[in-house]
Amino acid sequence: MRAAEARFAWLSLAPALFFFAVFVGFPVAYSFFLSFEDWNLTAPVSHWVGLANYEALLGDETFLRSLLQTTVFTFAITAVVVVFSLAMALLINLKLRFIKAYRTVLYLPAVTSLVAIGIVWVWLFDPQYGLINQILRGIGLDGPLWLADPDVALLALVITAAWRNVGYFATIFLAGLQGIDVQYYEAARIDGAGPWACFRGITLPLLRPTVLFVVVMSVILSFQVFALVYVMTAGGPAGSTSVIVFYLYQQAFTYFRMGYASAVGYVLFVIIFVLTLLQFKFFGRKVEA
Amino acid sequence: MTRQLMTRRATRPPSPTVPLQHGLLLAAVAITLLPYAWMISSSFKASGDIVSDAIELIPRHPVLDNYLAALAGTPVGTAILNSLIMAGGETILVVATSVLTAYPFARLNFRGRDTVFLLVLGSMMIPSQVTMIPTFILMKWLGWIDTYQGLIVPRAVTPFGIFLMRQFLLTLPRDLEEAAVIDGCGRLRILLQILLPQLGPAMAALAIFTFTTSWNEFFWPLIVVQSEGMQTVQTLIAALKQAEAPDWGVIMAVITLSVFPTVLIYIMMQRYFVQSVAMSGIKG
Repeated sequence: MRAAEARFAWLSLAPALFFFAVFVGFPVAYSFFLSFEDWNLTAPVSHWVGLANYEALLGDETFLRSLLQTTVFTFAITAVVVVFSLAMALLINLKLRFIKAYRTVLYLPAVTSLVAIGIVWVWLFDPQYGLINQILRGIGLDGPLWLADPDVALLALVITAAWRNVGYFATIFLAGLQGIDVQYYEAARIDGAGPWACFRGITLPLLRPTVLFVVVMSVILSFQVFALVYVMTAGGPAGSTSVIVFYLYQQAFTYFRMGYASAVGYVLFVIIFVLTLLQFKFFGRKVEA
Repeated sequence: MTRQLMTRRATRPPSPTVPLQHGLLLAAVAITLLPYAWMISSSFKASGDIVSDAIELIPRHPVLDNYLAALAGTPVGTAILNSLIMAGGETILVVATSVLTAYPFARLNFRGRDTVFLLVLGSMMIPSQVTMIPTFILMKWLGWIDTYQGLIVPRAVTPFGIFLMRQFLLTLPRDLEEAAVIDGCGRLRILLQILLPQLGPAMAALAIFTFTTSWNEFFWPLIVVQSEGMQTVQTLIAALKQAEAPDWGVIMAVITLSVFPTVLIYIMMQRYFVQSVAMSGIKG
């Protein structure tokens, strides 16, 4: 009976386990191995170079710059997303007329592809014919060149990513808000607490797990930003929007430097892993307290 | 709990902040919808009107030229078909494997269950860029570059799907299954005849989520697809924009066509979306 149950369990797990072995286990191991190899896909042979790829990365200015720009992008977008999504979640949590319609519309960007969004925003950011500068001109302002200006292009990417992500994370915050027991608010109101005191004293502390989840998700997603960069700027102008995954893509699929690109991938892996652990450490303690 | 709040609100005089709240929400709605409006508007503008210094949200002379040019001059029909095959195939496989894999994790007792489940969950932490290069090389060995199986198979099982199904299975009562076990019913029959009918909402949520994610996927098709005939909608749009002299009217028409299916599915199946987001949010 017990044995039969176990046999059936492993049998039904088998397809997925085989899949994970081939498409996760093997790639993780093989790309680790590749990161110590010098291998150009166009060449028939590869050879072991030890830590040379990693050493080269440390002196690779484009890589270091991409890493820095990815970090700036990630911090900016995560700060924006947490503040605006939480504000939006508080609004769509209100018992208002048409609230369902508001929720429906505000989530729309989350189901729209990044490629489509990126290109529409390229068009919106067009210095001459784009809607944004046309509006700015209408109120007597000279808009920047946006994606054509190395000082502004990364900001334009942050704006686009924020437009896409705020509604999505607001929905997650909304689920968190709806999980808070109304009785806390009722008790606080009886004690004479105002809306701000309720927010500071009840909503924020009880929402900590959701905040942690949103921050972790946003950091992981933003560190891997690729599609927006690919379609909007291709890393330009003057390398000002090159990010780590775009750099990896170029190394692997433009220059076919598979070993070097694998090393970039592993650095990314370690960074995301460490950042996630740090966040759990940092926020996790406060969640329990 | 929501009813309590509502009745209390109703008995109170209308708060003066309500117009302000509507105002803020309407501003957010306007910012959300404006890019869509501009995209649709541009797709109906003649090439002379699209580059104009005047803001023209509703085209003065709407034309179908861009759509006709897109259908005649770009492989948008093939690309939509390819995206449908990729997203459809992936959805069927993900839903099937998620149910099959989640069942033992949620219901059966065997040695190593929790360890294996943690490993599956842990694999969500691995960025896809790390596995991308070896998977691409594997596709080359298998001769799967530029094929449907190359697009679909490496994404046929997802830890998220398994996790979602397991969470849902844990919320179902066990009585029926226990009765069936006593009656000597086999595990496979329990899964297919007792559990499967109850899994409908979870399977719908996972199917919709997988389909839209796959429809919108860009990185993997960008790598695997090499010929024009295998292009998906997303890689086609990117290619059109990368052209020497991009035709913005045609690009906006193709984008409008590509966005339409996901928006339609979303609006029709909204409650399932909210379910999958809420589940990934709270339990994650």
